[in-house]
Amino acid sequence: MIEKRIKMNITEKILAKASGKKEVHPGEIIDASVDMVMVHDLTGPLAVEAFNKIGVQKVWDSQKAVVILDHQVPAESVKAAELHKMMRQFAKDQNIRIYDVGRGGVCHQVMPEKGHVVPGTLIVGADSHTCTYGAFGAFATGIGSTEAASVLATGKIWLRVPEAIKVNVTGRFPKYVTPKDLILSIIGRVSVEGAIYESAEFTGPTIKDMSISGRMTLCNMAVEMGAKNGIIEPDEITRKFLEGRVKILPDFEALRSDKDAVYRRTLDFDVSKMEPQIACPSSVDNVKPVSEVGNVPIEQAFIGSCTNGRIEDLRLAAQVMRGRRVKDGVRALVIPASQEVYKQALDEGLMEVFTDAGAMVCGSACGPCLGGHIGLLAANEVCVSTSNRNFIGRMGSTQASVYLASPATVAASAVTGKITDPRKLETKQ
Amino acid sequence: MNMKIKGPVIKFGNNVDTDVILPGKYLTLVDPHELAKHALESVDTDFPQKAKKGVVVVGGKNFGCGSSREQAPLALKYAGVKCVLAESFARIFFRNAINIGLPVIECKGISAAVETGDELAVDFEAGKVENVSNGKKFQVEKLPPFILEILADGGLIENLRRRMNKK
Repeated sequence: MIEKRIKMNITEKILAKASGKKEVHPGEIIDASVDMVMVHDLTGPLAVEAFNKIGVQKVWDSQKAVVILDHQVPAESVKAAELHKMMRQFAKDQNIRIYDVGRGGVCHQVMPEKGHVVPGTLIVGADSHTCTYGAFGAFATGIGSTEAASVLATGKIWLRVPEAIKVNVTGRFPKYVTPKDLILSIIGRVSVEGAIYESAEFTGPTIKDMSISGRMTLCNMAVEMGAKNGIIEPDEITRKFLEGRVKILPDFEALRSDKDAVYRRTLDFDVSKMEPQIACPSSVDNVKPVSEVGNVPIEQAFIGSCTNGRIEDLRLAAQVMRGRRVKDGVRALVIPASQEVYKQALDEGLMEVFTDAGAMVCGSACGPCLGGHIGLLAANEVCVSTSNRNFIGRMGSTQASVYLASPATVAASAVTGKITDPRKLETKQ
Repeated sequence: MNMKIKGPVIKFGNNVDTDVILPGKYLTLVDPHELAKHALESVDTDFPQKAKKGVVVVGGKNFGCGSSREQAPLALKYAGVKCVLAESFARIFFRNAINIGLPVIECKGISAAVETGDELAVDFEAGKVENVSNGKKFQVEKLPPFILEILADGGLIENLRRRMNKK
């Protein structure tokens, strides 16, 4: 007898396993077991306060929780210092792994680097960009502090199984066109609320050839179109990155979307003729080709964040900046996403390139992305950034403007002092 | 929590993000009353003052998009917001609001049917929304019973305490 089995996509397969079911359907509410939960220095303290009110003494599984200090490190105020102290104490009391100042970096970079992201698992984090881990074939989504406290106490979370959209990508990237340009282009088409509650699965030949770094950039920004998670089937590229970081890797075959799996809709993108893209103020879907923005002088350029602070991003920025100088009147900030990336950039001589160019390299942390720590903007200033949000007031003054682009575009803009298509910069002779 | 809410409306547009509801620079504040003083100040400096008397916030599509900061719904709740109605919500904000005991409900067509200053009545258990000022009525999809229970308990922590004690 042939067993009749419902066709599922990778997200549904992971959610079915996590809820102990054979199959799940979009719209269904499940009670799922969590494999890993992460909190950081801005969401952790509220979670700890809430956890203490529940009345349990210990977290459900100390091996399945991680604390990362990254948003306001090193402490920028006494208040932040107190919150960090609270998180260190909690981690110590609960025997939870903590990545302190100088030991980790931006949470979404540190989690996979340190082996806390396993394909096929269910991960929640008290940060909206937790969806980054979908790049490794995990189901990962952001939650709030109180919910994190509940997970810490019970190991469970309720989830509504999302409808899925498929983003099919073909073509080879032209020079200076990157996964960041692709995801901006996708968000520009879908809109900031076009994938609300949905799962966004990235697939197609371009994705299969894409590095882990590029895949992380894509999944990282899935939340910017409202998606619950971004996800990519794990493959040999995933295995290569995770080997030596994760103890036991699961069978990737079980994590493939079935051929006839159901998607609400499919979006096709061809990158072969794509130009560098930029999200203009003050919405992530206000996207156009860099070549169409006109003359926009800038005061600050930021290269870093969980979206684009990896070694590939720094290499690309250095390639553009090598032998050039940051324009007078512009401040360029470069922030490697983690200590591992920092060290690699040092070894490869990239730090020398940035320093010679007159850029300031800061320690691995979230930096100016969230406007809560260093590198804030004054009224009427313009920043072009490799990060993920350009909302009003995001990086400082409510009168400042933020443009989002790739590391190549941001580096080129830092050099010319205005928003610049990197293809327009002549290669240094 | 009272599952029937009535109050004057303060209306906003689409995609009100959590950076606008509560900017990142205030995230080290731990007292929710302090957070409340900065609720929505980037788009309406007088909002915290206006909300004090107890108001209903009406948003457009994708209300609460962006960061997962729970300080955003906390700031609204402590500023005096009794509940939030929107065409749609960003999912993390939606969960956060429920988890801290701030009632939220999706109501298609609400934006066009209310203006700031109108009196709105919401019955969460019945799924009924009425603009008392102009008589327009909506039947909305009711929240699942377990979510209504969390709201009735005043939030997820209180709900969890009650459920765990029962065991």
